[in-house]
Amino acid sequence: MPDKPDRNAIEVIGVSKIFGTGEARVAALDNVSVPIRENEFFTLLGPSGCGKTTLLRLIAGFDFPTDGQILLYGNDIAPLPPFKRPVNTVFQNYALFPHMTVAENIGFGLQMLGKPKAEIEARVSQMLKLVKMEALAKRRTSQISGGQQQRVALARALAPQPKVLLLDEPLSALDYKLRKEMQIELKRLQNETGITFIFVTHDQEEALTMSDRIAVMSAGKILQVGTPWDIYDKPAERFVADFIGETNFLTAKIDNVANGKAKATLKSGKTIPATVAEGFTPKGEATIVVRPEHAKAVKGPGELSGTVENIVYFGTDTHILVRLDDGDLFTVRQQNSRSASCGFEEGERIGVSISDDAAQVLKD
Amino acid sequence: MATAQETAEKAESDDIRTRWLLSAPALLIIFFAAIGPLFIVLVYSFLAPGNYGDVKWQFSTDAWMNVLFERDIFDDTLSFAKANLSIFTRSISLSLLTTILTLIFGFPTAYFIATRPEGRREIWLFLITIPFWTNLLIRTFAMMEVLRNEGLINSLLRFLGLTTAPIQFMYTDFAVLVGMTYVYLPLMVLPLYASMEKIDFRLVEAGYDLYASRMQVLRRIIVPLVKPGIIAGSILVFIPSLGAYVTPRVMGGGTNLMIGNLIELQFGQGRNWPLGASLSITLMAIVMVTLMFYVRNASKTGAGHG
Repeated sequence: MPDKPDRNAIEVIGVSKIFGTGEARVAALDNVSVPIRENEFFTLLGPSGCGKTTLLRLIAGFDFPTDGQILLYGNDIAPLPPFKRPVNTVFQNYALFPHMTVAENIGFGLQMLGKPKAEIEARVSQMLKLVKMEALAKRRTSQISGGQQQRVALARALAPQPKVLLLDEPLSALDYKLRKEMQIELKRLQNETGITFIFVTHDQEEALTMSDRIAVMSAGKILQVGTPWDIYDKPAERFVADFIGETNFLTAKIDNVANGKAKATLKSGKTIPATVAEGFTPKGEATIVVRPEHAKAVKGPGELSGTVENIVYFGTDTHILVRLDDGDLFTVRQQNSRSASCGFEEGERIGVSISDDAAQVLKD
Repeated sequence: MATAQETAEKAESDDIRTRWLLSAPALLIIFFAAIGPLFIVLVYSFLAPGNYGDVKWQFSTDAWMNVLFERDIFDDTLSFAKANLSIFTRSISLSLLTTILTLIFGFPTAYFIATRPEGRREIWLFLITIPFWTNLLIRTFAMMEVLRNEGLINSLLRFLGLTTAPIQFMYTDFAVLVGMTYVYLPLMVLPLYASMEKIDFRLVEAGYDLYASRMQVLRRIIVPLVKPGIIAGSILVFIPSLGAYVTPRVMGGGTNLMIGNLIELQFGQGRNWPLGASLSITLMAIVMVTLMFYVRNASKTGAGHG
C-alpha cells in the first residue's frame, strides 16, 4: 500500500440526519464523525439501512444534515447546494441522461461549469480514452450495455476533476465477472487520477479487495474504521466480525489483559492467547472470534474437540463444520489439494487446533 | 394427406379470416360514425345552398370560393374575404396563445403533482379532473362571472380603489383567451404529468451534482425528458381550441368570432350549408397540416427517448 498523505479531504464531524418527525422519527445517522484522507479509497460498508448511502448523500449535497459539519479541505460544505460542491457522484443506477449521447453526458459537467468548447472536447476525449469508450462516443446511453454505462457514469463524474468522487454501490447491477473487472478498473482509475474515492457498498468482499480504509456502519453509526486487514483480523465488535467474512464465535473467560494481549480460557478448559482491541479491557466472560482459516482440523486432540457434522466443498477450499462438545457449531476452512480429499469424514470425532495469534476478543 | 406447408397456409388464411370477423364490429362503427359523416360533409361542400338551409343537389364550387374570396354583388369582381381571413387568423393565434398559456400554467402544476409522495398524487389528479364533471357551458359562465363588469375582479379592483370605472374584460379576445385557457388546462396537465411521473428524479440529482443550476436542470434535463408530454398536451389543447365554439360565443360575445362560430353561423342563420361544410374541411386541413408540421419537428429533435 502506498503512503497516503495525512491531509484530510473530507471531515465528517458529529453529523446526524433525522428523517420524519414525532412517531415516524428515524435517525439515519447518529452523531457520526470520520476523517477521510486525501487520495484514499475509502469505503462505507454496511447492510442496507445502516446509513451509508445517507452519509454519501449528505457529502454530495442531495440532503442536508440535521446536525454537524462536513468539511471539505477545511471548509464547511454542509449548507451548500450540490451544484456548488466540487464533488461528483457515480449513481447506483448510473443516472445517465437518456436524451444525450455518451460524449454529451461526459461533457455535461464541464459545460455547466462554463468551460470553453475546445477544453470540453479535449477533456471528453481524454475521459473516453481513460474508460476505453472512444468507439461509442456518439451512441445514445440506451444503446450501450450495463458495463459500458458504468464506464460512462465514471467518466462523467471524473470529467470535471472533482476533489472527491462519491460512488454509491456502482457495481451492484453488474454480473459477477463484470463486477470483478470493474473493481480492478476502479482501482486503476483511482491510482491514475489521484482523486479521493468514497465508495459505498454492502459487499464485504468488494470492500476488502478495493479499499485503503473501510468504515463499517450499522444502524446509523460507524462501528470501526480501519484498513481491510484491521477490519478483518482485528474486528472490535461482534457486528463487525459477523458482517465481514465467516466467523466462529466462542465464549471464553478473559484474564491477564496486558499490552493488547490476554489469556482466554475456553469452555473446554484449554487456554489460548488472544488479542484485545486498543483501549478495551474485557473482564470475565467475553466473546472471542476465530476465523475459519485460522483454525485447523486435527486427528488428535486440539484446543477444542467435537464431531464432524458436515463437509462442504467450495472448489478452492473445503469447509468442515464441527459440532463442538459444548453444542456450538465451529467452521474450519481447509485449503484443497488436487490429489487428496480433505481427510475427514462426517461423524468422525476430531480436534480443532487454534493457532496462537488467531483469537480476538470482541466488545459485545 | 395435406403437406405441412399446405396445413400452415390454411391455418394462416383461417387466422386472417377470423381476425377480419372479430374486428368487423369495430370497423363498422368507424365507417358509419367517423368516415361516413365526414364523407357527407365533403359531398355537401360541393353542392349549392338551398333557400331555407339544406342543399340543392347540383354541383357547385361556390362554397369553396367563398371560403377565401367574396364576390362583389355589383361588379362581380373577386376579392379576399377579409372577414373570413381575420376569423381564421384570430382562431389560430388565440389557439396558439391558449396552448402556450396552458403550458406555462400546466408545467409547474404537473411538476408539483409529480413530485408529491406517491400516495397523494391521486388526490391532486382528482382535483385537476373535477372541472370535467361540470358542463362546459356552466364553467364558461362561471368564468364570465369572474370577468364581467360587476364581476369578481372588477369589484375587487374598485373595492381596493385602484379603479373607478369597471375595466371591460368581457367580449374581448382577452376574455376568450382566459376562458379557453381555463377550460383546456387539464388537457395539458394530464399528459405533462404522465411524462413527468416517468422521470427518474435521480437524473435531476445527477444534473445538480454536475454543477447545473436549477434553471439549467429545468432546461437541459427536465424539459427534454418531458417533451413527449409537452407534444401530447399541446396537440390536445390546440386542436379543440381551434374548433372551440361555446367559449368564444359566451366570452367573446357576437363580435369576437372563431372558426367554430363561423361554421355554426352558416348552418344556422346563414343558411349556407355548403359554405359551412367547406369551412369545416378547411379547419380540418389546418389542424392536419399543423399536426404534421409539429410531429415532424418534434421527432427530429426528440428522437431516441420517450
